[in-house]
Parts: sequence; structure tokens; C-alpha cells
Amino acid sequence: MSLELLDIHKHFGPVRANDGITITVQEGSLHGLLGENGAGKSTLMKVLSGFHSADSGRIVLDGREIKLANPDDAIEAGIGMLHQDPLVFLPFSVIDNFVLGSPGSARLDRKKAARELSELCERYGFNISPDTPARLLTVGERQQLEIIRLLWLGARVLILDEPTTGISADQRAKLFETLKALATEGMSVIFVSHKLEEVADLCERVTVMTRGKVVGEAELPVPPEQLVEMMFGQSIEIHDRDSVPLGTSHLAFDSVRTATGLLSEEPISLDVQSGEVIGIAGMEGSGQDAFLRLCCGMRTPKEGTVSIGGKDMTGKHYRDYLAADVKYLPAGRLEEGLIEGLTITEHFVLTGEKQSFFVDWNAARERAVEQIEHYTIKGTEASTAESLSGGNQQRVLLAMLPPELTVLLMEHPTRGLDIESADWVWEQLLARRQQGTSILFASADLDELLRYSDRILVFFSGRVIGELDANNTNVEEIGMLIGGRRAPSSGSVSS
Amino acid sequence: MSGLWNAFVELFDTRTIATIVAVSSPLLFASMGETISEKAGVINLSVDGSMMLSALAGFVVAFEFENVWLGFPAAAAVGVAVALIVAYGSIRLSLNQVAVGFVLFALCTELSRFLGSSYVGRQPEGVPAWDIPWLESIPFFGQVLFQQNLMVYLAILTVVATYFFMYRTRKGLELQGIGERPEAAHSRGIPVNRLRYFYTAVGGALIGIGGAAFTLDVKLGWSDRPTRNFGWIVLAIVIFGGWHPLRVAVGVLLFRTLEAYALNLIPEFPSLSQVLPSIPFPLMILALVIVNWKAVLAWLDRYPFLRAILRSDPPTAIGTRFEIN
Repeated sequence: MSLELLDIHKHFGPVRANDGITITVQEGSLHGLLGENGAGKSTLMKVLSGFHSADSGRIVLDGREIKLANPDDAIEAGIGMLHQDPLVFLPFSVIDNFVLGSPGSARLDRKKAARELSELCERYGFNISPDTPARLLTVGERQQLEIIRLLWLGARVLILDEPTTGISADQRAKLFETLKALATEGMSVIFVSHKLEEVADLCERVTVMTRGKVVGEAELPVPPEQLVEMMFGQSIEIHDRDSVPLGTSHLAFDSVRTATGLLSEEPISLDVQSGEVIGIAGMEGSGQDAFLRLCCGMRTPKEGTVSIGGKDMTGKHYRDYLAADVKYLPAGRLEEGLIEGLTITEHFVLTGEKQSFFVDWNAARERAVEQIEHYTIKGTEASTAESLSGGNQQRVLLAMLPPELTVLLMEHPTRGLDIESADWVWEQLLARRQQGTSILFASADLDELLRYSDRILVFFSGRVIGELDANNTNVEEIGMLIGGRRAPSSGSVSS
Repeated sequence: MSGLWNAFVELFDTRTIATIVAVSSPLLFASMGETISEKAGVINLSVDGSMMLSALAGFVVAFEFENVWLGFPAAAAVGVAVALIVAYGSIRLSLNQVAVGFVLFALCTELSRFLGSSYVGRQPEGVPAWDIPWLESIPFFGQVLFQQNLMVYLAILTVVATYFFMYRTRKGLELQGIGERPEAAHSRGIPVNRLRYFYTAVGGALIGIGGAAFTLDVKLGWSDRPTRNFGWIVLAIVIFGGWHPLRVAVGVLLFRTLEAYALNLIPEFPSLSQVLPSIPFPLMILALVIVNWKAVLAWLDRYPFLRAILRSDPPTAIGTRFEIN
């Protein structure tokens, strides 16, 4: 079936998740939809599968306009969606998952359905037993179950939302093989991904989305640089910055590996020196979070050692890291950093040096007023954390940092801030750097990474795929690594 | 020791067993109602109050119209009304199900005391006994199962029907789906919230019938809070029974048996007569603790069949709201 999405708009409050999207998908083609996390791809596909209804826009299937008020309409029209986290019922058996929601007689005929399931499994070379509880299936097998179910229901357009997250390389190969076979049978496949390499491997045509808009379209293959440019925009000019002489080792990883999940496959070795700024790049959820938590003792490695200032800290408690002047500022300023409902004064009381039993409120207020002035926080000592803007919350967090720091870990230090606040934040951070603090920060902003880092670590699906000298790299190279493609020119790739 | 043993032996008397079955019908109805509601994802925490108010409504209607059969639809209607408040509060008004349920419990209980005060001591006509021809003459089973009355038969039928519906029909599987993972059900085109209203209402109707089964059958007439604590027991038994209709029914019978045992013990240990009636409660908790013990769980994992009988997890989306934008 050929499919046209015409001028689709979908807003969530002030957020324009889809801002006038037009895409045409040919019959029997493998169509890639490429974009960063938060580009609006999933929203668009949920609109197309009837999960969300669009605010405006038209959907035309085989020349006929269709209305998709709910998923039922989409299934009826032959549009099936495989969600990023396959929407299966984990405690139910495979066969119950298969028949749930399908039309048919009131009484369930599980035997008949199981036969049809087995036939389809055989045809596509899957190996799923009808009586297994779905919770025992791997993510890849859950996808296979969902694909077969959608085919059984008569899907002619198959949408896959980031289907390669959490499945093994073998299962991915199997999935791609299946999708290619389906396309030759006339199925239109929409493959949603933020991984350049996969889209380039699989698809015949690609649409690139950024911030809710289509920013480019291309027949594949095209040079990857072109796709990177579409995704991340033009090259950025790098400004000079003061060089700080690097000193002693502040944070060292020696073959560190976690027990399960992200960062469990390849050990990480790293030495960060005083005054060094390390930028951490990667698509969200590629392991940056786990890495920072290893750095500050919130997670314990399974193998390897973590040292702070030359002292072995492996397995020590988060409090011991704090005592060693390691501080972590997570992305969720209001969720993890500040306490909702408490005032600025109360925050300073909680982080104060002297922990006496009784609170000296006068002194605390004085200190708060002082800090508000010093950090130019827009608010009063009685303002609650949630009443402040993002930029001012960040200022409070920075104001609460102890004066001496060995290692400062930050997630998205300037996300959601206006330019003035962002510049101010970096002024503070660079001043810390002059004092010898090592800074590790994760960011999705390539400009920020290139501008402030000495070295950049790029994470991809749970491992460090590249370690770059920030003075000797460019947006293209980082973009390619973020997308999972090791650039051939890069000589400093380590693991 | 011999006292404990004697009281135990007495439990195996056919008449005792028949009585246990007879007095179980209110709890069977109500527990099936709560199971259906919770399976769909809505906790109706008002059961105790809802049963009480329905018990009064059933009794009053049967008494005033001098027809016992009119009492049950009236009771069911009250049960449905209370259940729909819980559903509406949760689905439409985004209120916490637990909070709404609690308030409704208190409201219904006090309302039933107030409205029922003038009916205390009045005697309506109860559900007549009705032996099922042929079957009643089967030794043992005849007396236990088939020399009862229509409400007891209906209660047993409700258990079987609930089981059959839930596990053997397409609609029943959908019911489980909306309580397990509503977004997955939604993606399959199932109207999650509409069905939640429906099944909460069905559950409410059964809870109401359960209430009336007490005042019109098990213990005829109205007194101060006649069904008190039944609702809380139902909530515990639904958990104890792992949200599985047959196991929940076994839980009800087990509870009633423990109660009968405690009653049998009173003549043996008269000094403990105040304490013994509460024995079934800690025993239920003990059973839950054992089934949830890590070592026991690990052991159970090796015997999937036994695990399926002894343990199951709550519907994942129980007590949560489902919203799509």
C-alpha cells in the first residue's frame, strides 16, 4: 500500500511534537525515519497507528483518505505498529498475547490460533512456542511475536519504532532479513531509528526529522556525511579557550565493567586529570547515565577499579565519594537535585557545613541572601525550588556546591536554559576548572561539547565507541560515532 | 491437645461441611465481584460499606414488597451505583481509587446504620430451601452441594462462570488485558476505560448480591452492621487467591472452615472465647507470608504447575489510571 502523511500537526501543550509533517511511503518499500531522540518520530508513528489523534493533517492510504480515531481504525486499515517496548502482556502466554484483541467467536479456540501461529512462525523462521509465558521471551522474540500477530491481523503497512534497542546482533540480522522479505511481498515498512548505520543498511529511502519537522529526504544510498548534516546541521566554529595545564590524576577507571545492562560488555579505562574537561556524547540512554553513576559511587562496578585522586574507591559508598569531593548534578534538577516545596534557604540549611541539631534560621537566611546575590538568582530566600526557572534552579544547584571540588559530574548542564544563563553556567564551571576541578559533563549539544571539552567520549549502545581530542575533531565525526558508525579516519578510537 | 483434635474432627461432619458451603454464598458473590473489578484494574475498596448498604437495600425491598426475589436486584443496583462512583472518580476525575473507596466505605456503612435503624429486628421471608431432584440423593455431595437454596447454587455457578469467562472467552482475555497492560490493550483496539466502567459495575452488582445474600438468607433480618468486616475479608481473600476465581473461591471456603474450627474450639477452651474468632485472620496472613517467602518462591519455580496453583502476581496495572492524549 502506498501511504501519504500530509501536513500532520500534533502538539502536547506548548511542545510541537509534529509541526507540519509530510511524508510519502511507496508500496513495498523500506522507508527509514531518522532523527534524534525527541525529534517527534514516535509521536508521528503513534498518530499513524491511531494511538494518538493528530491535531490536524490528513492520512491518505492508496489514494483514499482515512480517519484514524483509535488503534482499531488503524488495524482495520491495515496499519500495524511495533512499539519500541513491544506491547505484549508479560504474564500471559504467547498464544493469549497472539489472540488478544483479534476478532472472532466469543469462545476462544486456542488450538486453532496456535496452529496459525506456528504456520506463520515457520514461514518467517521464528521459533516461539505458544504456551511459553511472554515474560520468558527475549525482547527480540517479543518483537517477532508482535510482527506475526500484526501480519495475522492483515497489516499491509508495518511501523517499527526503534526496533533494534535491546535485541542481540543475531536477532537484528534476523529482523532485517524478515523486513526485507516482507517488503518484497508488497508490505510497506516504516523503520524508525536514530541509528544512521541501521537505516543506511536496511532502507531504500529515508526521511530525516529534527524538532518536529522534516529536514531532509533522500534515496539511499547516500554518503553518511549528508545524513549527519541533515540530523545535526552545519559545522560549528570552534572558539579558542584558555588552556589550563593538566595536573595529577583526579579520576581513574581501570577496566571498569558493570554486571548487567549498559556498560557490561566492554570494560572502560580512563584517566582524567585535574583541570580537564571531558565531554560525554551519545544518544540518550547509550550508557552515559550509568557511566556518571559509576564515577560518583552510585553504582558499583563488577570488575575493575575506580580511583579518585589516586586513592582506590572501588565499592565505596556514595557518601565516601562526596567526602572525596566528588559531586554529581543529575539532569533532573527538580527531581533529583532540588527538593520540591522547600525554599532556597532550606536548601542551604540542608547542604550547610555545620550540621547542628537546631537550625539557626537567621544565619541561614543571611547565607541564602548572600548566595542569591552572588549567583544572581532571580528569586528570594523564601522562593520554593519549583517556583524558579530552569536557569535559576541550575544557579541554586551550583551555589550549593562545596567550595573545593575534585571531580564535578554534570548531566546536561545547560539544557533548557536561555543563552545568558548557559554562558553564566559555563563561566562558573570554567572558573572551577581553573582551580583544578575535573569536569565530566554529558550533553546532547554538539556545539557545547566541542566548545568546552578537552576530550570527548562518545557512547553508543552501552559502550564507549570513541574517545576524541576535542581540538582535533568535528561535528561530522562525532555525529557518525553517535549514530554508531566508527569513522575510518579516526585514529584515536579506544575501548 | 485432644481439644484441638476433637474440634478438627468435627469439621469433617457432613452437616458442618454443608453449613460451611451455605454460609459462604455472600463472600463468594462479593469476592467474585471484587476479582472481576480488580482484574480490570479498578480496586473497589468500598466493598465492606457497599455490601452493607446493599444488604440493607435488599432487605428493605424484600420486606416492604413481601417478595424476597425483589431484594436481590435492588441490592445489585446499590452495588453498581457505589462501584460506578469509584470508577468515575478514578477514570474521569483522576482521583485515587484507594481514597475514594475508603470514603465510600465509611459513608455507606454509616448510611446503612442510619437508614436501617427502624428495621432492626424485623423478619422478612428468606430464600426458600430447594433441593435439586436426583442430585440431592448422591451420598455426601448431595447433602453438601444440592440440598441448599437457589442463592447458594447461584453463588457456585457465579464462581464457575467467572472462571470460564475469564480464561476461556475472548472477552475474558480482554478483561485481563486491560488490567494487565492497558496501553497494550488500547493498541489492540480495546476500549480500555469503557470496559473498566463496565466490569467495575458488574463487580459492584455481585458485591451487592453478596450483601443481600446475607440479610435475606444466611442470617435473616437487619441488625446493626450485619455484614461488618466481610468486605475487608473479601479484599484479603482476592489477594490470597491470586486474582484467580477458583482459588479465590477456595480461599473463601478455607476462611469459613477456619472460622468453623475456631467456633468448635470455643467449648474446648471457654476462656479463649473472645480470642478464637479472630484466629482465621492471622492464619490467612501466615499463609500469604509463606507463599511469598523467597526460599519458597525459588522452590516453587522448579514446579511450574504447583507455582501456578499456589501463586500468581497481581494485575500489573491494578489501581492505576489509563489516559491517552
